Amino acid sequence: MVHSVLPEAMSLASTAQAGFTVIFTGDNFTRLLVGLWTSISIAGLALIIGIPLGVILGALRTLPNPVLRVVLRIYLECFRILPTLVVLFLAYYILPAEFNVQVSGPTVAVVAFGLWVSAEISDIVRGALVSVSDHQVDAGKALGMSGLQLLRYVRLPQSINLMIPATINLATRVIKTTSLLLLISVIDVVTVGQQIMESNRMSHPDAAFWVYGFIFLLYFIVCWPLSKLAQMLEHRAKERNNG
Amino acid sequence: MADATTTDATTTPNTGNRTTDTPLLSVQHLRKSYGDHEVLTDVSFDVPQGKVVVLLGPSGSGKSTLIRCLNGLETIQSGSIVFDGTNIGQASEKQWRSLRSTIGMVFQSYDLFPNLTVADNIRLGPVKVQKRAKDEVEQQMDTLLKDVQLSDYKNAYPRELSGGQKQRIAIVRALAMNPKLMLFDEVTASLDPEMVREVLELMLRLAKRHMTMIVVTHELEFAKRVADTVLFLENGVILERGSAKDFFTNPKTDRARRFLDSMSPVSAE
Repeated sequence: MVHSVLPEAMSLASTAQAGFTVIFTGDNFTRLLVGLWTSISIAGLALIIGIPLGVILGALRTLPNPVLRVVLRIYLECFRILPTLVVLFLAYYILPAEFNVQVSGPTVAVVAFGLWVSAEISDIVRGALVSVSDHQVDAGKALGMSGLQLLRYVRLPQSINLMIPATINLATRVIKTTSLLLLISVIDVVTVGQQIMESNRMSHPDAAFWVYGFIFLLYFIVCWPLSKLAQMLEHRAKERNNG
Repeated sequence: MADATTTDATTTPNTGNRTTDTPLLSVQHLRKSYGDHEVLTDVSFDVPQGKVVVLLGPSGSGKSTLIRCLNGLETIQSGSIVFDGTNIGQASEKQWRSLRSTIGMVFQSYDLFPNLTVADNIRLGPVKVQKRAKDEVEQQMDTLLKDVQLSDYKNAYPRELSGGQKQRIAIVRALAMNPKLMLFDEVTASLDPEMVREVLELMLRLAKRHMTMIVVTHELEFAKRVADTVLFLENGVILERGSAKDFFTNPKTDRARRFLDSMSPVSAE
């Protein structure tokens, strides 16, 4: 066994060396970070646009108007059923061709992701808002509150604890999904990674493992704290509800 | 306190002296049903200014539904509710909103807002809904809290209070809106026995100060002391009405007699 493991370990060490070289040669490392920044800023902008829109849509979905409910439900289901990739392709290839408008990849991505986020947030917000007990709502009504005041002073404050962990989880999903941006020619971290592999195909044919491994690490560094934070908040919300 | 529905007694001589003659609230032929199921049938009664009306009756008799109809938390099918000179039986949700500022309600489950301190619970209605001056509200709150001996709990959260304390704060929260009428929906029903007294004593004090009140309760001793008028409901119909004294000492209907018997303390035989 020892005989067969040793050479393999040695060759792994030498490829690790190669991988290290590939990632840190020239400005490769900086380029990867810039790519990562592109991914994160697109995800961030999508969240900044999508969350307020989603809160409004979610609040509207708690109204008794049946038409509004159905329309907004369909909106949500569209984004649930369609793979995000299809949404991106629709926005990037088909819409500009049909409507004759030129939009940059990152803009398309922010809009498409933003709409997706708003749909998901609307469901998180609606679910949390309706979980507030009727008694609490009656108490607010008995004080003469309007629908908006009920939302502002009773429903939102009492359900925000439920919304935050789900929203953070959604944020990590959005960040991960930015890896699809490669397919609409946005220079995101995965695109940069592929460019690096391309240019090293001859000298380091096994660079892929290390480059992707490194990208994995980058995504992990960004998403793991968020995921932990969501877990922590969820735990705290549960404790509060019991207390 | 800009309230379009309020009519000043002094400016409407046709109705005479409202404060003594005209009831503050007059319910006529009220009907309420959920689908085919009628829960209140032809209910009529008056609540004179400064008086206390107690609704008694077995569970499911429609007492709570009735009291909820009186501040628009339930809509009614037909009949009229004349409050302070205005028929509000078919008021829109928007009209109810301004009416509820003048009709206070306290619930069985207290329903203080758990995320707000005692003081913020009390401030919310007067400041955000009625848009009254903060200083004035603050003064009123201090007076009310002192009155219920809970001044020390101003910055406490509801979860830090006992049931009885919570319910007294809920009453203060309603009183801070300066209501003309107070509705109490089984406010001691979910309290531990030793907490009931402090809440009932507060309500007795309010009655003595001539607060107009409608009270749904199962506390017969309390009802006897506080009620000017007792209404006995069963299956959504007022079976019997009269002064507290008459009702408790000499009920007219068999059903009321049986109800009183069933509620009387257990005797060892």
